[in-house]
Amino acid sequence: MTDTVGGVLTIALLVALLAAVYVPYGDYMARVYTSTSHLRVERLVYRLSGVDPDAEQGARSYAASAVGFSLVGIVVLMAVQLCQAALPMDRGLPGVGLWMSFNTAVSFVTNTNWQSYAGESTLGFTVQMAGLAVQNFLSAAVGIAVAVALVRGFVRTRSGSLGNFWVDLTRGTIRILLPLSFVAAVLLVAGGVVQSFGDTMMQALSGHPQVLTGGPVASQEAIKELGNNGGGFFNANSAHPFENPSGWTNLLQVFLILVTPVALTRTLGTMLGNRRQGVAFLGVMGVLWSLALAAATWSEVTGQGAAAQAAGAAMEGKETRFGEWASALFAVSTTATSTGAVNASHDSLTPVGGGVAMLNMMLGEIVPGGVGAGIYGILVMAVLAVFVAGLMVGRTPELLGKKISARQMTYVALYTLTTPALVLVGTGVAISRDSTSDAMGNAGGHGFSEVLYAFTSAANNNGSAFGGLTVTSDFFQVTLGLAMLLGRLVPIVLVLLLAGSLAAQGRVPATAGTLPTHTPLFVGMLVGVILVMTGLTYFPSLALGPIAEALA
Amino acid sequence: MNLLTQGAQQLPEALRKLDPRHLWRSPVMFIVLLGSVATTVAAIVDPSVFAVAISAWLWLTVVFGNLAEAVAEGRGKAQAASLRATRTDTLARRLGADGTETAVPATRLVVGDHVVVEAGEVVPGDGDIVEGIASVDESAITGESAPVIREAGGDRSAVTGGTRVLSDRIVVRITAAAGHTFLDRMISLVEGTSRRKTPNEVALSILLASLTLAFLAAVATLAPMAAWSGAPQDVVVLVALLVCLIPTTIGALLSAIGIAGMDRLVRVNVLAMSGRAVEAAGDVSTLLLDKTGTITYGNRQASCFVPAPGVAEGGLRDAARLSSIADQTPEGRSVVDLALRMGADDQDLPRDAVFVEFTAQTRMSGVDLSDGTQVRKGAGSAIAAWLGTEQPAEVREIVADISRAGGTPLVIGRRDAAGTGEVLGVIHLKDVVKEGMSERFAELRSMGIRTVMITGDNALTAEAIAREAGVDDFLAEATPEDKMAYIQREQEGGRLVAMTGDGTNDAPALAAADVGVAMNSGTAAAKEAGNMVDLDSDPTKLIDIVEIGKQLLITRGALTTFSIANDVAKYFAIIPAMFVAAYPSLDRLNVMGLATPQSAILSAVVFNALVIVGLIPLALRGVRFRAASATAVLRRNLLVFGLGGIVVPFVGIKLIDLIVSTIPGI
Repeated sequence: MTDTVGGVLTIALLVALLAAVYVPYGDYMARVYTSTSHLRVERLVYRLSGVDPDAEQGARSYAASAVGFSLVGIVVLMAVQLCQAALPMDRGLPGVGLWMSFNTAVSFVTNTNWQSYAGESTLGFTVQMAGLAVQNFLSAAVGIAVAVALVRGFVRTRSGSLGNFWVDLTRGTIRILLPLSFVAAVLLVAGGVVQSFGDTMMQALSGHPQVLTGGPVASQEAIKELGNNGGGFFNANSAHPFENPSGWTNLLQVFLILVTPVALTRTLGTMLGNRRQGVAFLGVMGVLWSLALAAATWSEVTGQGAAAQAAGAAMEGKETRFGEWASALFAVSTTATSTGAVNASHDSLTPVGGGVAMLNMMLGEIVPGGVGAGIYGILVMAVLAVFVAGLMVGRTPELLGKKISARQMTYVALYTLTTPALVLVGTGVAISRDSTSDAMGNAGGHGFSEVLYAFTSAANNNGSAFGGLTVTSDFFQVTLGLAMLLGRLVPIVLVLLLAGSLAAQGRVPATAGTLPTHTPLFVGMLVGVILVMTGLTYFPSLALGPIAEALA
Repeated sequence: MNLLTQGAQQLPEALRKLDPRHLWRSPVMFIVLLGSVATTVAAIVDPSVFAVAISAWLWLTVVFGNLAEAVAEGRGKAQAASLRATRTDTLARRLGADGTETAVPATRLVVGDHVVVEAGEVVPGDGDIVEGIASVDESAITGESAPVIREAGGDRSAVTGGTRVLSDRIVVRITAAAGHTFLDRMISLVEGTSRRKTPNEVALSILLASLTLAFLAAVATLAPMAAWSGAPQDVVVLVALLVCLIPTTIGALLSAIGIAGMDRLVRVNVLAMSGRAVEAAGDVSTLLLDKTGTITYGNRQASCFVPAPGVAEGGLRDAARLSSIADQTPEGRSVVDLALRMGADDQDLPRDAVFVEFTAQTRMSGVDLSDGTQVRKGAGSAIAAWLGTEQPAEVREIVADISRAGGTPLVIGRRDAAGTGEVLGVIHLKDVVKEGMSERFAELRSMGIRTVMITGDNALTAEAIAREAGVDDFLAEATPEDKMAYIQREQEGGRLVAMTGDGTNDAPALAAADVGVAMNSGTAAAKEAGNMVDLDSDPTKLIDIVEIGKQLLITRGALTTFSIANDVAKYFAIIPAMFVAAYPSLDRLNVMGLATPQSAILSAVVFNALVIVGLIPLALRGVRFRAASATAVLRRNLLVFGLGGIVVPFVGIKLIDLIVSTIPGI
């Protein structure tokens, strides 16, 4: 089987698998968030935490809970890292430094999983499992909760409440993420991923003893992909053979990355009682994802760029067991969701491939985006598209029966401003420091790309690293930490305020004069708005990095 | 007056508007002003042809934006000036309690004063006629030269200050204090002095401000990025890039679009009391239309003759014509018209025939001929009584059929000199629906607007007319309370309602409707309650108002889309120009093949300024609106303004570059 046939079959199989679970999984999630009954274990959680599961929260209260929960999570996770030496199973590793622990705590709580540390040489099992893995579940559950709250904003009329954050968080964790990651972990172990509680000593070929770092890898791997977290047990992430041993596990991982964000469009459609709307959003995501995949695959497979041309192929930084096709597929999927796991070095991708990875994140993580974050991201973009183009049908704009007026536009405008501002200001400040040039692995356009990629990844809560850039200085630990924190919490607060203002409205009945938002025309328009808005914001900075490189 | 002369006339006003306190209202244009100042300073500190040219064109960009607003306002101002002329110091004849008259200036009148106005005099202020009847020339306000009748009592009692009484003498009770009259309000409205940003304008301004901030961030951070990349950028170039990217086109034209929208309404003789109402008109999904005068001609007309058994149709036709030749009522004339259309001879009434007028007692009218023959038309029971016979069963059936269909049956009877009479047949009178109405309603339906007919008729009649006119719903035997309840029910369902009204009892419903159009002929209370006044008092205009509202929103959306789409080409002009020195490979982005980096940047700036001027006519006229479904309208506008917005600047910038590159030093 040639690479091309294998690559195309892999993609076809992936799409078929996603299509197979789309309806049952999406509808299951809709039931989880609309059901009125509680599981026994959930009641226990509510009793222990003193939550009244049948109380409803307004937008402010919901937002305060989400933000407060995240901030507490950061403090706890920092404390666990700082005290590592005193914890069991620390593998003899010392406490983590202050700013690295801040960066790491923010990173995992914000679902970013940017890793400025090397897992195997920095963190013991307790921190990995009780600290990071816990946040892998919770941060993903927070993302879905916020998305569900926004959908409720569209569903409810003249209502002051958006649901109960604690209930949504608990259900997302217990009913969705935990059981699915258990199944996924078993499948990964079956595929050869390591799951142990100790390192292995072995005799290397040279005769010297060698330590092979093992650990509870498969269990963390499952939620790493399923929750769009991306923080690897090992520094090499999914390129490491213990995390991702074969083409099959690689396909499984890409599937796990995409399955929840994709199925959430069905959840949205089911909750809205307007399934065509869910399909339309999936269409937008699918078009952009396919374009990105086509561009990246073309560039990697044909080895675009000076270095690859000289070498004859673009295999630098890729695993031979995956090859160009699977590496491009993984790179596109991990950056188009907010996962950030990598199975190849993005620094070594061709200029177009690396540019696509960056552009995917710059789109705002909406194709299909992070778990939950993709849904609220695309809904916000839909509001924007409806506002500009909706005027063109001669009515004040409305989306799904809700009027978009000054108040809604304020939230949407601030939302769309937040991440670009963080990325651009962060990159601008970093690049104007002399020390940044020293931290770069390359000079010129590629070096610039490394910095731009770092801030893009952090502010958009992706967490993948271009690599090449040394980010352990206090400057990068703090600025990237802040970019992750603000890039997560500010949009969440704005989305919830938007949801609150929508829920409070009545519903405008749809007529022939209403702009339908589930048609191919609207899908095309939304794709256009997303591309133009992203392009306009980032074109100058992309020109100095990937574009300059790609055209060279 | 064409646009060019208007533009030239408004140039001083446009320069006056350079005041930062004025421009602050539009964040986009304010940034351009700051940019102009910055580049001017740079051009002075380090003069070059390029820097001077850029700063000159940036100033022009601001001036062009101001010019658009000034021209839009100028149209209203001209109208206001002519209105003001009619308001000049009128001397009022105030009536004292004892009946004596004193002459006082109109400006001193207070609410409650009684004034006398006689033929040839100008009404000194708004008020209601409490005594007399007069014909009034309202052309100063409506532009309509035909005089109208105003009389005490009823819904036609209001007179407006500034209009002229043509005949008779009336006593008017003043209802509005000087300075708050309809004319004063009109002047301030058309002048735009009381203009506030409408809700949708505010929302759009927020979007434009956020885009401006995003581009500000992109350009500001580009400075250190460019410096690091070995291509440090001049402040002139950075400002030029910023101005090209921020949505100056829509930013410059936004207020002109709003003013022009109000102005378009004024041109169809509708005064909107607020821009908010115009916007709401675009959103209306239910139109409440009065049947009489809007949907039907307002009087019953003969539509066919149904002969009684054994009577030839021609006989009935001629008898009906004969009975109506002298009848000057609209019904009577329509009978004659119908008879002629059906082939009757157009001969005069015999010389010695006597016309018998309708009276409430006989409930018949007709004619007595010299040979003793009498012809009568009237209600079936009246004719039967006159003939002294029972109505034939067949005729009774015809009458019942016509009534069931919502028409009015008019029975024709004849009695010869000998006294023997017979029933000839029945004239079917009905409310005739205006031509083209059902097509108009179908158009509205395709735009998603429901039409509801309001009528005092009974349900049977109403249903028949509603079916014929093609309205979606009707409200029969409607009282003002019914109207109000209907409006509230629609609004609870999230629909916006528009209606017209003229009577005092319409006032609550007019106030409750999202768009309430009061007829200028109506009472002061109605005009006060509505948010628009139709000077022509033509209820059909509601449909025009909705279209103008939609057109206003479409124009805003189209120019916003165009403005943003333009940026794509500007990037392809400016980015390679900025960085080609550091990364020669970026020259491949120079797809337009612009001559030099400087000419590329200057061309983009020039295009950006000229496109504002080029779009002023569109902003003032509004994007053409055709009734169609939202999807069809969107597809068309996306193609024209979205795709067009991407393509046009590529061509425009290239053409400008061909000229600009010939300037030495660029």
